[in-house]
Amino acid sequence: MGKDVFEIAVNVAKMFVIFLMMVQAVPILVWLERRGSAFIQNRTGPNRVGPLGLIQLLADAVKFLFKQPFVPEKGVAALYYFAPVMALIPGALALNSIPLSVPIKIQPFEMLGQMWGPYTFLFQGYDIGIGIVFILGISSLGVYSILLAGWGSSNKYSLMGAVRGAAQGISYELALSLALVGIIMVYGTLSFREIVEAQQGSLTFMAFGKEYVLNGVPNWGIFYQPVGALIFFAATFAESNRLPFDLPEAEGELVAGFHTEYGGFNLLLFYIGEYGHMMVASALLATFYFGGYSIPGLTPEEVGMFWTEKVGGANLSAILTALTFHVSLLARVALFLWIFIHVRWTLPRFRYDQLMSLGWKTMLPWALANAVLTAIWLWLGHRV
Amino acid sequence: MNTAVLAEPASGLMPVIILIVMLLAFGAVIVIGTSLLGPKNKRNNRAQMMPYECGVPGTETTDSKISIKFYLTAILFILFDIEIIFMYPWAVKFMDSIKDGSGGYMIAIMGVFVFLFVVGLIWEVKSKALDWN
Repeated sequence: MGKDVFEIAVNVAKMFVIFLMMVQAVPILVWLERRGSAFIQNRTGPNRVGPLGLIQLLADAVKFLFKQPFVPEKGVAALYYFAPVMALIPGALALNSIPLSVPIKIQPFEMLGQMWGPYTFLFQGYDIGIGIVFILGISSLGVYSILLAGWGSSNKYSLMGAVRGAAQGISYELALSLALVGIIMVYGTLSFREIVEAQQGSLTFMAFGKEYVLNGVPNWGIFYQPVGALIFFAATFAESNRLPFDLPEAEGELVAGFHTEYGGFNLLLFYIGEYGHMMVASALLATFYFGGYSIPGLTPEEVGMFWTEKVGGANLSAILTALTFHVSLLARVALFLWIFIHVRWTLPRFRYDQLMSLGWKTMLPWALANAVLTAIWLWLGHRV
Repeated sequence: MNTAVLAEPASGLMPVIILIVMLLAFGAVIVIGTSLLGPKNKRNNRAQMMPYECGVPGTETTDSKISIKFYLTAILFILFDIEIIFMYPWAVKFMDSIKDGSGGYMIAIMGVFVFLFVVGLIWEVKSKALDWN
């Protein structure tokens, strides 16, 4: 965790800050979702509370705080109350393991009459060396919160939604993890940081033992794995239970699915989990296929020199450099989140048998073919 | 790959454990806090406590029957997920083996594995284990 009090405190605080980042993004996303759907459906949307209706969800949250939580009769209270808490865990754990920007190198400084440093702080909660495996393991925990909610509520709609959600989540996890085999082959690592670092510079590819460089085109994973990126993106929709894959809560058939019996802040915790899942999916898509936090044509050293000239001070410019790259990642995340919302209000929902056959009979074979063709293509590319 | 994490899982996963504890505490504060803040139902209100149903009194409970297909899907998932996880260490080492000239051998051994995978998938489709009717 660290070698002195300051480093340990920063490392612990930063995990909680990343979690709060996920929580505070939810009101903005809900507002964007409601205004966005209104924009797409030619309505006005919430526009009364605050400018453009921006503090609508804050007002809702205060109202949620004063709702009466109760367990429906025959419900299992322990499971009923644990499920929304469990919904927070996968998103927060996964978001903390993704590198959100370049590491911050802090030079020694004086505070409280004592010298501190030097430190290197990673711009992420923790760096698990085998990040991809960690993410896959953590994201399947989301199934538990759905199942616990469905079982604890003792309502047939909740249970139907829960088993649907569990079966759908695990089915699309196969296509998701198989689509990542291609990206692991191309970069030869399971670490997010190494994948992002490998995507800097111009597009370079090997064909029959010769190296070709395309100047001006960023060296992003999407150019090596276009089919993999598409399968990954579609599977993340199913993983985060978003339309057109929102069968666990299909409101036309199942009222509200696994959270039918929930209200107040417990329901809001499920929303935080769902939007957290979307943020993780967007950040992963950016990390694997769109260069992560890197800025095309700029290295961290160049940005660091720019900030040193502007503001001076090694520590301040290191922090500003990290924030610059963080904004670069956030721009991609914001774009993908908007795509999530736009797709939800554009495409109709699948029928359940169509959903399962899409996952098992279409996306799984395509992901497998992608992995096999990537292997052959890489092999041929390095043969003379 | 970060070998230090693999060598000392306890210290490498310490932040994860701390974060899980923080999340559980956060969730507990919210769940307990809202039940303290919200109104208390003094009378035992039967209509409120009933499981949600539209228009009629609820009849079915959660021990009602669920299609066997869900169970089958879970079993098939475990088989296929383990097969996919077997590909991961192979995929990590693939680029290195191409560079030291054993790429063809790596493709051949994975070809056998993928062949078995495809045979399993085709058998599943043929036996209608993946059909939902």
